[in-house]
Amino acid sequence: MAYVQLKNLEKVYNNTNKVVHGLSLDIKDGEFMVFVGPSGCAKSTTLRMIAGLEEITAGDIIIGDQRVNDLSPSKRQIAMVFQNYALYPHMKVRGNLSFGLRIAGRPKAEIAAAVDKVAAILEIEPLLDRLPKQLSGGQAQRVALGRALIKNPGVFLFDEPLSNLDAKLRASMRVRITDLHRQLKAEGNSPTVVYVTHDQTEAMTMGDRICVMQAGRIMQVATPKELYNAPANLFVAGFIGTPEMNLVEGAMEGGDFVVGSQRLAMGSDLSGRLSSQPADAVLGIRPQQFSLVAHGPALEAKLVHAEFMGHEVYMHADCEGRRLVSVVGAAEFEARGQSDVIRLRPDPKTLHVFDKSDGRNVSLHGGSIAA
Amino acid sequence: MTDISLAKTSARTLDEAAAAKRARMHLISSVVRYALLFGVGFLMLYPLIWLVGASFKTNSEIFSGAGFLPQSPTVEGYVQGWQTSTPYTFGRFFWNSFLIILPKVIGTAISCTMVAYAFARFEFPFKKILFGSVIAVLLLPNVVTRIPQYILFRDLGWLDSFLPLWVPSALAGDAFFVFMLVQFLRSLPTDMEEAARVDGANSLQTLVFIVVPMLGPALVSVCLFQFMWTMNDFLGPLIYISSVDKYPVSLALKLSIDTTEAFEWNRILAMSVLTITPALVVFFAAQRYFIEGISAGGRKG
Ligand SMILES: Nc1ncnc2c1ncn2[C@@H]1O[C@H](COP(=O)(O)OP(=O)(O)O)[C@@H](O)[C@H]1O
Ligand SMILES: [Mg+2]
Repeated sequence: MAYVQLKNLEKVYNNTNKVVHGLSLDIKDGEFMVFVGPSGCAKSTTLRMIAGLEEITAGDIIIGDQRVNDLSPSKRQIAMVFQNYALYPHMKVRGNLSFGLRIAGRPKAEIAAAVDKVAAILEIEPLLDRLPKQLSGGQAQRVALGRALIKNPGVFLFDEPLSNLDAKLRASMRVRITDLHRQLKAEGNSPTVVYVTHDQTEAMTMGDRICVMQAGRIMQVATPKELYNAPANLFVAGFIGTPEMNLVEGAMEGGDFVVGSQRLAMGSDLSGRLSSQPADAVLGIRPQQFSLVAHGPALEAKLVHAEFMGHEVYMHADCEGRRLVSVVGAAEFEARGQSDVIRLRPDPKTLHVFDKSDGRNVSLHGGSIAA
Repeated sequence: MTDISLAKTSARTLDEAAAAKRARMHLISSVVRYALLFGVGFLMLYPLIWLVGASFKTNSEIFSGAGFLPQSPTVEGYVQGWQTSTPYTFGRFFWNSFLIILPKVIGTAISCTMVAYAFARFEFPFKKILFGSVIAVLLLPNVVTRIPQYILFRDLGWLDSFLPLWVPSALAGDAFFVFMLVQFLRSLPTDMEEAARVDGANSLQTLVFIVVPMLGPALVSVCLFQFMWTMNDFLGPLIYISSVDKYPVSLALKLSIDTTEAFEWNRILAMSVLTITPALVVFFAAQRYFIEGISAGGRKG
């Protein structure tokens, strides 16, 4: 019912400042879609256009079979949760929850029942007679969530709803929101969610699919797993994953990757996947996919700094003037020997090669990447 | 053991001595500061105190000294002043003032809120030019418009009625209030209004249910300013009101000076005290909101 479709969506501010460059995206009914990207990449602008709070410069937005470009927010079957909660400061929690229903002129009994139901789901019954300023951040966020929930919308829109909370609360609210979505789905309501965040952890843990954005363009739309294992370009590769993927600039020469004076044989695992052999290439290696080896094909690097994290160690090493970060098990680290020159072998199955000229991942050919 | 406890004791007494000294200094500085404040405050308030005191004196006593305590307090000034030298009591003039102030204050609050809301939250053609003219009006000296205004109201047949005194203000004619509310609104986040729109409220409902409550302190300030300025306005009524039965208190006070050959100062002073009482009462009743409103108006968002 409430799928969302963006067609060549564009936004120009003040007639000059183009911030959204032709977005096209299909969000399925009941899907949890996360928009993620660095600050200023127009996530909020896009979300606000879906909500109807921002005028659409060009393109179409379709929600549940209906073109909504010219509909007011209240007619779009949407509800929105704002970053700063945006609770009405002079109304009690009860009043905040029921405002929309009261504006719509619903009968009193129905409103009271709806408020009670939502309050029970979000465990905010004891707060119903408080003013927003008497709530903690987490409580206020739950009330804001309740205000969206009570409308029983087709589409939930979230704009960085957790970024004002402390880390612990954020983690628990993350779970609460995804649980709620699953619960609503199980009840057959199947609301679609569009969730904006700049936090990749939120994106990876919450989204059915993730839309990675940069500067008003979509970089990749994929499931969290696919995004991690098969980033379509350099931007996504560098954005998703902690610590960040190592992106080593070099060149492809006859199936080998050349960086400085070193030559790394790629083996058939990787070269079979390559759709082209760019002269100027960037090799992408996740820190977790290095292993310390004594012989065989590997990158030689000088250990600069090691961070002990408990069961694993983050090694910062210098390879031909480039910083390489690798994560190895603590035992493996202890067994490396005395020398501060280490040999790091990347797992060829999970290596990525990017064309430096356009940032495209050229190693996705055949799509046979091991998870 | 003994040595240590001795050392401890002496250290403690040293500490205590220092603390006591600090407390004493603190006390002295407080006394000095408060004495100074009281002194200056008293000086500032003296005319007002004298006014109240003198209103209970007899006419002859008023000029006999600068002291404010009446020797034989009497309410004669109030009784006779209230009667006035006209066929009307002072109550009539208060009622007239009220008839001007009530529509003016209510009209100002409503009209200025709507105009400010439009300027602060909507895009419309010529907005910049229109807002520029609001500021221009703000900077325009009042005297410049006196004569054209008078001619306009004469042609409308509004002379010797209350209309010229409140209608312009009730139609957002006071640029200062519009400007003040616009500044206040700009400092408020728009999230709540957007949430209300998503909740299905139209612009008017958003204004009434969301914006006006948040605007509360600023609106209290607007009403207070308008109340006090209208209460004190002398020139407006002087120009437009000619019949005595329509005089507001500001004019009526002057009346008692005009018509009596030997000025009955105690009556004038007594009526002056009554005249400033409503303003004082309203001010102190609304003081908290008032101050909040003024200071919040200057806050940047
Ligand atoms: N009301 C506005 N007027 C002009 N420019 C704006 C406005 N809102 C946002 N922008 C610009 O649009 C770009 C995207 O902003 P935004 O959508 O808020 O980014 P994000 O939410 O991803 O951090 C930014 O460069 C910002 O400066
Ligand atoms: Mg944003």
